[in-house]
Amino acid sequence: MTRLDLNAVLDWVPEGSKVLDLGCGDGAFLQRLRDERQVTGVGVDIDADNLVAATGKGVDVIQEDINDGLHCFTTNRFDVVVLAHALQELTDPHIALLRMVDIGEEAIVSFPNFGHWSCRLHLGFRGRMPMSKAMPRHWYDTPNIHFCTVEDFEALCSELRIDIIARATVGGFAQGFLGKYWPNLFATSAVYRICRAQS
Amino acid sequence: MAPTHPADSVGMVTPQRAHFDEPFQFANGSVLDRYELVYETYGELNAAADNAVLICHALSGTHHAAGFHESSDKRPGWWDMAIGPGKPIDTRRLFVVCSNNLGCCDGSTGPNTPQPGADKPWGGQFPQPQVRDWVRSQKQLAERLGISRWAAVIGGSLGGMQALQWAVDFPDWVEHCVALAAAPGLAAQNIAFNEIARHAILSDPDWREGDYLAKGTLPARGVALARMVGHLTYMSADGMSDRFGRELREDSFAPDSSNEWVFQVESYLRHQGARFSTQFDANTYVLMTRALDLFDLAQDYGGDLVAAMSQAKARFLVVSFSSDWRFPPQRSVEMRDALLAAEKPVTYANIETDDGHDGFLLPNHTYEQLLREWMRRVGPS
Repeated sequence: MTRLDLNAVLDWVPEGSKVLDLGCGDGAFLQRLRDERQVTGVGVDIDADNLVAATGKGVDVIQEDINDGLHCFTTNRFDVVVLAHALQELTDPHIALLRMVDIGEEAIVSFPNFGHWSCRLHLGFRGRMPMSKAMPRHWYDTPNIHFCTVEDFEALCSELRIDIIARATVGGFAQGFLGKYWPNLFATSAVYRICRAQS
Repeated sequence: MAPTHPADSVGMVTPQRAHFDEPFQFANGSVLDRYELVYETYGELNAAADNAVLICHALSGTHHAAGFHESSDKRPGWWDMAIGPGKPIDTRRLFVVCSNNLGCCDGSTGPNTPQPGADKPWGGQFPQPQVRDWVRSQKQLAERLGISRWAAVIGGSLGGMQALQWAVDFPDWVEHCVALAAAPGLAAQNIAFNEIARHAILSDPDWREGDYLAKGTLPARGVALARMVGHLTYMSADGMSDRFGRELREDSFAPDSSNEWVFQVESYLRHQGARFSTQFDANTYVLMTRALDLFDLAQDYGGDLVAAMSQAKARFLVVSFSSDWRFPPQRSVEMRDALLAAEKPVTYANIETDDGHDGFLLPNHTYEQLLREWMRRVGPS
């Protein structure tokens, strides 16, 4: 798997840490974390096929709906809680974010940036909801029910009293100058390292 | 004629018998001066003895988990689905042991075996075993077989509870633990069902205070009724509707039929009850249901399940079945959460099925795949 946002996430996971991967899919990322970062990890995924695939990679997965509140995890049990490209699929992304910074010392969140210029062009000129290689589904059958932009996300963090420790942008020109200074317009995906506000 | 078993069957198997001349003390203080355990094994124990897997049977299960006793057997052992060459519990690389619990009626010392010093079977005098007693007796058997650590202990329902008890009581013995359709202890409703079953047996006039074998009677009606109640709770409402609907038995409308109309589901339950009542010992049924009721994994830890689970050193697989209302998913979730709180490695799945509690014994693609993939981590690589 070479999804770029995952490379950024990997860089922020300390060696040997305890990691919870929410929406872990087929477990490939947890496997990578285990092999490259020697982490102790557990995943959460609701899909039975994902569970089987992840189990085959030797990682542990809990079959559970993230939307149900993650009550199986008590406060501060993980060094890092990861939510990679799943935020936009949750019924209550804001509640999930709060839970993540409760359960983990830090959390890492990545999501597709709906403020990207191509989305804006699509909506602005065609007047239709954007569809692309990364977002191939129609508005009515997409699991992505809560798209947001980089600025939306940062505003939410501030509202929830969540500190942003670092931000990385990926995709297209994003790694360069444009993405760094105008992420809301040029990042296809954004990755955030966050924690509960210290004061 | 060569037996024609499927290629992934363990084929013909012969039960074995281990005799122990040392006394066995039950948790309730009763003592057996000597005892026997009957068991089966599949596959080969390797030189390092690190590929041994223990299968714990459920309430009415036996040591006959896989393969065939006679070439004419129509049915293989009770978990043949999962055990065999190339099956999830792969006998090409694992050495599988399944023993009949103390107090059962299929060969291990129990109510239907002779009571020392009396010229009759134990009957109602047989000590009440608890799950922990079975664990200790299985440890004796393991040592006899040259095993000092299980690569995995696996069980469903009562057997799942036994697997958990193993992991908590003897942490150094259990590397992997699989608990299917189990619970950390029975809820009130579950104990109530067991009490109905026992009451059915104890109120049969042929029960004779448990001494029916010596007195030449058989409380078959009581056992049949107990089994009907039990069987009902192992199925789901949807599963029963799919299977039986409101269908009547074929001969119900026959012109010469003076008898009542019989729904298929009635016919099925009667058949299950009748068949079981001649095969299963009534005392064993009473003892097994009590052992279930008494099971409480957290009992030695002030009721703190997390403290109990903290003892274990195993990696866990906990599986529940969505339509199981006898041991509902919520009970597995309790165990899962306790394991997570105790920082134990655990995989948890809730298998989507209409098969109810019986789901752990029935074919299901996801379940089979999950077990297969998870078992890859068991045993030497």
